[in-house]
Amino acid sequence: MTAVSGTTATTWKRKLGKSSPLIYGTISFILGIGLWWWATKSGMSELPSPFAVLQRFAELALSGQLFADMYASLRRVLIGFALGSILAVPVGFLMGWYPIARGFIDPWIQFFRVIPPLAIIPLAIVTLGIDEKPKIFVIFLAAFLSSVVSTYQGVVSVDKTYINAARVLGAKDGVIFTRVVIPASTPFILVGFRIGLGSAWATVVAAELIAAQSGLGFRMQQAQLYYELPTIFVSLIAIGILGLVMDRIVVWAEDRLTHWQERV
Amino acid sequence: MTSAPKIEFRNLRKTFGEGASLFTAIDNLDLQIRDGEIVTVVGPSGCGKSTAMNIVAGLTDVSSGECRVDGKLVNGPGPERGVIFQQYALFPWLTVRENVEFGLRIQGVGKKDRETRALHYLDLVGLKAFADAYPKTLSGGMKQRCAIARAYAVNPSVLLMDEPFGALDALTRVKLQNQLLDTWSRDKRTVMFITHDVDEAVYIAHRVIVLAANPGRLQEIIEVDLPFPRNDEVRLSPEFITLRNKVWRAVYHRDDQAA
Ligand SMILES: Nc1ncnc2c1ncn2[C@@H]1O[C@H](COP(=O)(O)OP(=O)(O)OP(=O)(O)O)[C@@H](O)[C@H]1O
Ligand SMILES: [Mg+2]
Repeated sequence: MTAVSGTTATTWKRKLGKSSPLIYGTISFILGIGLWWWATKSGMSELPSPFAVLQRFAELALSGQLFADMYASLRRVLIGFALGSILAVPVGFLMGWYPIARGFIDPWIQFFRVIPPLAIIPLAIVTLGIDEKPKIFVIFLAAFLSSVVSTYQGVVSVDKTYINAARVLGAKDGVIFTRVVIPASTPFILVGFRIGLGSAWATVVAAELIAAQSGLGFRMQQAQLYYELPTIFVSLIAIGILGLVMDRIVVWAEDRLTHWQERV
Repeated sequence: MTSAPKIEFRNLRKTFGEGASLFTAIDNLDLQIRDGEIVTVVGPSGCGKSTAMNIVAGLTDVSSGECRVDGKLVNGPGPERGVIFQQYALFPWLTVRENVEFGLRIQGVGKKDRETRALHYLDLVGLKAFADAYPKTLSGGMKQRCAIARAYAVNPSVLLMDEPFGALDALTRVKLQNQLLDTWSRDKRTVMFITHDVDEAVYIAHRVIVLAANPGRLQEIIEVDLPFPRNDEVRLSPEFITLRNKVWRAVYHRDDQAA
């Protein structure tokens, strides 16, 4: 009897221990919203109340506007990010594998890396026009630069013993590349994707604030002109949620693809 | 000696760097290892043990002189020379079985055959139950046994082992030493085994090669005329103690004499 109640107690403790971050997170979230509501209600702040924001959210969602904006922003990010990473992986491998390629490409990457992608926008608009191209290009650049550096870093930091172990088992360069270098650098590449997606998302919103006719950033820009604070809030929250969801997806992929990694 | 040596170093010299930073890691090494012989290599840190082994493995070039295996000049690594590294070097993204299959896959062995052979060697080292586990879930001794199975699987005629049991506890060490000898008694592969442990060097060897440092060179070769099979009785015999003392003196007392 005692043994049974003992185990139940420990199970309970374990359950509480495991879920407590979630519980604390939820409590903290509710408190935050409460504080916001109280601040707007008591007239301490001119911000819209949570209910006003919720109402605007419902309006924008029902009219379809919100989803159209989300779609426009996401489309740009995903196209730019996909193009950037698809190019970054082979270029990163090339740089890691061949010192000559590194010598040729690295100075350019180092240079463009210190230019904020947004600074390219005026140039992109002048040369690529005002439609989707300049925005996608800037996002492409942001995603490419962060992914290429981490892929390259991943390749050069592949443990030499793995390569030697493969060689003494009879592996030649081709096999070493596909069966050792690629899997060994996958964790680095995925970290690059995560950073790349983050910077692509930051870039798209900023780009839309500057020059766009659609998207969440454009909506905020419009709302700013008409002093539509609830719309700005709705857009900000949508940006946050979408960013979070994309980040979680990459983390999930990371866990699945690199479950073999020793984590400390 | 009747047959040609399995491994032969002839007037071998290996230097690193050049100009002012030129460093002689191995100087004028002449050594022959017979087919089916177990040779252990001991010597102070930095005396070129790993360098010599990497040269046999084909992972490092010679500066002058030559290194031959089966009479042929070593030119790059090959599956007939199996290497077991101190850091295990298991591929963490592959399961235990996939690690053992790695070399077989390169040789183009079919899927089914590969699996059968991998499981056979895993059984030999007592890891069959862990075939589908990832290396991160194994203990140090299990990792090293997996690395041994991986090396055996491609059926090399020479085993090169660089402090393979260096990171393991004493008990696991002795177990793996016995396992190595047990396997050797059946297949009589040539073994070149680097160690820092004088007891280990004597226990498993036909001959102990003692190297000296600065520059790395041959100091002494000690014949181990203890009977096979080696077991606890041998390990506790006065002859064993005499030999281990002799090796100890050759490795550690040199400095006193030189000074
Ligand atoms: N790639 C390299 N470049 C320069 N020097 C090297 C290189 N590899 C080895 N050396 C030098 O050659 C010498 C012999 O190295 P080696 O690794 O063979 O020693 P070791 O006998 O295996 O030592 P330990 O017992 O510590 O493993 C050392 O002084 C080392 O610094
Ligand atoms: Mg060494």
